[in-house]
Amino acid sequence: MTQAIQTDTVEPVPLPEGLQGIVADWSSDQRAFKKVPWGKVMMWIFLVSDTFIFGAFLISYMNVRMSTTDPWPNPSEVFALTLFGEKIPLILIAIMTFILISSSGTMAMAVKFGYEKNKNMTFILLLVTALFGATFVGMQAFEWTKLIVEEGVRPWGNPMGAAQFGSSFFMITGFHGFHVSVGVIFLVITAIKVLRGNLDRQRPGFMTGRKGNYEIVEIMGLYWHFVDLVWVFIFAFFYLW
Amino acid sequence: MAHVEGQQHPISVYLWIWGLLFVLSTFSYLVDYFHFQGYLRWSLILVFMLMKAGLIVAVFMHMRWERLALMYAILVPPLCLLVLISLMAVEGDYTFMTRASAFGQGSGVPVEHPYRPHGAG
Repeated sequence: MTQAIQTDTVEPVPLPEGLQGIVADWSSDQRAFKKVPWGKVMMWIFLVSDTFIFGAFLISYMNVRMSTTDPWPNPSEVFALTLFGEKIPLILIAIMTFILISSSGTMAMAVKFGYEKNKNMTFILLLVTALFGATFVGMQAFEWTKLIVEEGVRPWGNPMGAAQFGSSFFMITGFHGFHVSVGVIFLVITAIKVLRGNLDRQRPGFMTGRKGNYEIVEIMGLYWHFVDLVWVFIFAFFYLW
Repeated sequence: MAHVEGQQHPISVYLWIWGLLFVLSTFSYLVDYFHFQGYLRWSLILVFMLMKAGLIVAVFMHMRWERLALMYAILVPPLCLLVLISLMAVEGDYTFMTRASAFGQGSGVPVEHPYRPHGAG
């Protein structure tokens, strides 16, 4: 028998758990992240870097909000909508939050059906996720238009108070909206791949020789849940604080 | 182990978490709706935010089923941001005091911000 180097995800011996497991994994002289496809690890590492980008934005927002001597506009009033003759605070943002959470739910189920090789359900759920995402971006476009045209908010100032309100708002929500838009495009691409049966036939993807499989649905899901995760922080710190 | 074939969990897990996220989001919206103020507002916002973030990362992103090596490699580095938060909080405080003493009442400088948009409002 020749001695084989362990490179795939199937483990013949049970791996140690707990702190011992960490030491064993890192010192194994092999891949450090066991039982997880490398594509997923790469997406996780990308998401960590993205965390630092959004972290920097939110921290700079904290800094300018703390340091300004002008009063900060009240988000509860700025983002209020008049529905049926009543002024409801923050209602648009609340609806956007529910839409994004729902898209995360459908995404999670798409991943599940993907691993079950249920092509049709995966396709439908990915498409529903993309539709929720597109709705979110549409509502954000409406919100921006209202803020710019009706409230007169600009990146360099606004009639309600501190000038930094506009710059923080456009920077943070703009970058998040961009992430959602990119996510919608890739959701549609993934959905088409699923529908055409590319993943069942292990057809290599665009710009790669790697065989296609349902892991890409989960990797897509990681990105999409991250977009939802960032919104949780934006909702808390920008809209509710 | 389920990991060989990828992450496989019953659909009820996802539906439960989905429901919980809806409830938590409603709670955080109600914090604003009922005009809670001060420390009560901030702590409630933070608690609901962290619970939602935890549920998304742990279940939707399958982190609770991963090995500790990956968990720590991904979740510990962002904690560095806490250092940046405290540094920027101290700096923001200092800038505020400098501005108040330089541009505030009695400093002889007009309080009005020079860069108001002309078309706004």
